[in-house]
Amino acid sequence: MATAEAAAHSEGKAGGTYAGGLWSWITTVDHKRIGILYFLSGLFFFLVGGLEAMLIRLQLAVPENTVLSAEVFNQLFTMHGLTMVLFAVMPMAAGAFNYIVPLQIGARDVAFPRLNAFSYWLFLCGALLLNSSFFFGGAPSAGWFAYANLTSSQFSPGHGMDFYVLGLALAGAASIVAALNFIVTIINLRAPGLTFMRLPLFTWMTLVVSFLIILAFPPFTIGTIFLLFDRMFGTLFFEPSGGGDPVLWQHLFWIFGHPEVYILILPAFGIVSDVIPTFSRKPLFGYPVVVYSGILIAFLGFGVWAHHMFSVGLGPIANSAFSGLTMLIAIPTGVKMFNWIATMWGGSIRFRAPMLFSIGLVAMFTIGGLSGVMHASAPADLQQTDTYFVVAHLHYVLFGGTIFGLFAGIYYWFPKVTGRLLGERLATAHFWLLLIGMNLTFFPMHFAGLHGMPRRTFTYPAGLGFEGYNLASTVGAGITLLAMLLFLLNFVRSLRSEATAGANPWEASTLEWATSSPPPVHNFDVTPEVTSRDPLWYDGIALPAGEEEFHMPNPSYWPLVVAGGILMAAAGALVGLPVALLGAAVALAGIYGWSFEPIH
Amino acid sequence: MERTSTGVPNEKMLMWAFIGSECMLFGSLIATYLAYRGRSIVGPYEEELLNIPFITVTTFVLLMSSLMMVLALSAVQRGDPRGSKLFLLLTALLGLVFLAGQVFEFNHFAHEGLGLGRNLFSGTFFLTTGFHGAHVTVGVIWLLTLWAMAMRGRLGPEKSLKVEVAGLYWHFVDVVWIVLFTVIYLMSGASGA
Repeated sequence: MATAEAAAHSEGKAGGTYAGGLWSWITTVDHKRIGILYFLSGLFFFLVGGLEAMLIRLQLAVPENTVLSAEVFNQLFTMHGLTMVLFAVMPMAAGAFNYIVPLQIGARDVAFPRLNAFSYWLFLCGALLLNSSFFFGGAPSAGWFAYANLTSSQFSPGHGMDFYVLGLALAGAASIVAALNFIVTIINLRAPGLTFMRLPLFTWMTLVVSFLIILAFPPFTIGTIFLLFDRMFGTLFFEPSGGGDPVLWQHLFWIFGHPEVYILILPAFGIVSDVIPTFSRKPLFGYPVVVYSGILIAFLGFGVWAHHMFSVGLGPIANSAFSGLTMLIAIPTGVKMFNWIATMWGGSIRFRAPMLFSIGLVAMFTIGGLSGVMHASAPADLQQTDTYFVVAHLHYVLFGGTIFGLFAGIYYWFPKVTGRLLGERLATAHFWLLLIGMNLTFFPMHFAGLHGMPRRTFTYPAGLGFEGYNLASTVGAGITLLAMLLFLLNFVRSLRSEATAGANPWEASTLEWATSSPPPVHNFDVTPEVTSRDPLWYDGIALPAGEEEFHMPNPSYWPLVVAGGILMAAAGALVGLPVALLGAAVALAGIYGWSFEPIH
Repeated sequence: MERTSTGVPNEKMLMWAFIGSECMLFGSLIATYLAYRGRSIVGPYEEELLNIPFITVTTFVLLMSSLMMVLALSAVQRGDPRGSKLFLLLTALLGLVFLAGQVFEFNHFAHEGLGLGRNLFSGTFFLTTGFHGAHVTVGVIWLLTLWAMAMRGRLGPEKSLKVEVAGLYWHFVDVVWIVLFTVIYLMSGASGA
């Protein structure tokens, strides 16, 4: 403890230097360090999810393949979906929220630094709990949307679904807590003069996504609790023999699940809305419209969940309404596309890595958006649902959209975080290989799907015309893997290079570039005053003279204690009541320790 | 207190956003309750079990606890230590009385043959009201903690924000109960007597 207190003082008061060592990372409440932890964890799980995808593609490369058994295949596609959505993309985006947003708004940290650390540890506990299922009798295998009553103890007898429920409950709670923190941070900790209509788009989209998270996760949490009670205590929520209705699960899941896709894509939209102006040397075209369309996408996103359920038979009126609303979402999304193109129009464009990936997003997301409008139409969807056409669509928007956007962000902010630029030649190779690899993987899936190849079957017979498409997809997946290896090579090499990036290597316009790279612990020596949008371009920043007094928050291990207690309580649901009670006691003790610990 | 862009304290805004999130949580429970109402295929059914007069009393008790909460906040803000201690304790105690009523009710239902997995009513009823009860429990623990702080003289007017945020939570939990009381009890078709 003495070391922690000493670290507290050197971290807070001296301002500028971090304490070193593992303990300082475990007890950190600094938003930049938590951002790095989030990002590295997300990157790790991105590789895990990618490995799962490679195994899936290997199995499907040729008909009647026997690399994987049906049971293992089911576990892998389930875990691939869950891992990519909840443990790769969301934490990588959360890493950017954490690191960048306080800098973009000119704050010294988030509103609740310890709560922020808690979010990270709880997310990690959830991810580890779910993935540990591989070692305890098998992972969940009912798909990431886990339709009832496939998930009942009758049809999913192992513990896989219990891990699903408990792991996702922790990860969901972690997301809600983090989102609450960012809502308060963005609304309340903006630098003087930084009005809402001057906020960088990435911060704006973080705010929108945070609202989506706090409103979308609770219905899913309730659904998983119903499922837990069905499985453990014999309630009848999804049990048809007792009058329960499996479709209830679908509603609860998709009321979460559809906003979730905007939770995944809007951060990427925010990133490219910051990157494209920087590399076109022009302010974002139609800034207010880009903001409003982001809000509108999020708002409409809550009213379209049943387009995932057209084949359930909700009736023509419900299907028509959900069809129409779904098509409406294409309008604000299209507006954004045109705003990005108009931003580039007439700009002096520099095709550096962040820009390449941003343009990649604009192109690839448009393809995914178009196939999305296709199955917004209920009759067309009935032909496409549960086929590879849907797999193609969702990967164009999530891989071509979100992953490309996140890579744009990684290349863009890497120099801010490390003081070093990522190698441009490897980055260009990474971009083109990834673009070719993903198109070769996912474009043939459109045809395989329209020819009737169903999702989620572990193999297919020869002679149905699926062979060529599947082999192409597998080759494409191999190219994608190669691209990722190039990225990792670049990442490691660049970390070892000299820190020569300087404060603003891209000559960008937003506040995070006004401080050194990497920024000092306290971010800004004096809180900047902002007098225009794009402050670094238009002399829109004033630094008040004189010293400013501030106190950085102390490190704390209580967030980890509370998260660990909650993990123990959740594991207790599987191991036994005493463990659960002990976990709850640890968590409660942790909350008290936390509450009565001085912040500064 | 730290400067904020809006002038609203961070803690208060956090609680408001949390309450927004909680609305979706309870909304999902209530929607499920309504969707499954009257669809149990075996008894005992809700109209045979629910005791409206009894729950009306505990509802009144919970509402009075909200009044005590208002008085507690006012006392803390005024810097009145006696009032702070008294009203915080009363708020928590009334919450405990409500919880005791719920324990009694659950026991009684179980005794009447309504196990957790008996029918759709049992699952939706126990989970919805149980979730609310868990929230009341958390609130009681929170209030008792504040009361202990007041007893040790550590809850002066400068700490009134802590009480205000706890009060927001407590009032929200009460408002949820008013909805549950209406949806589950008053609209159940159970006889009034």
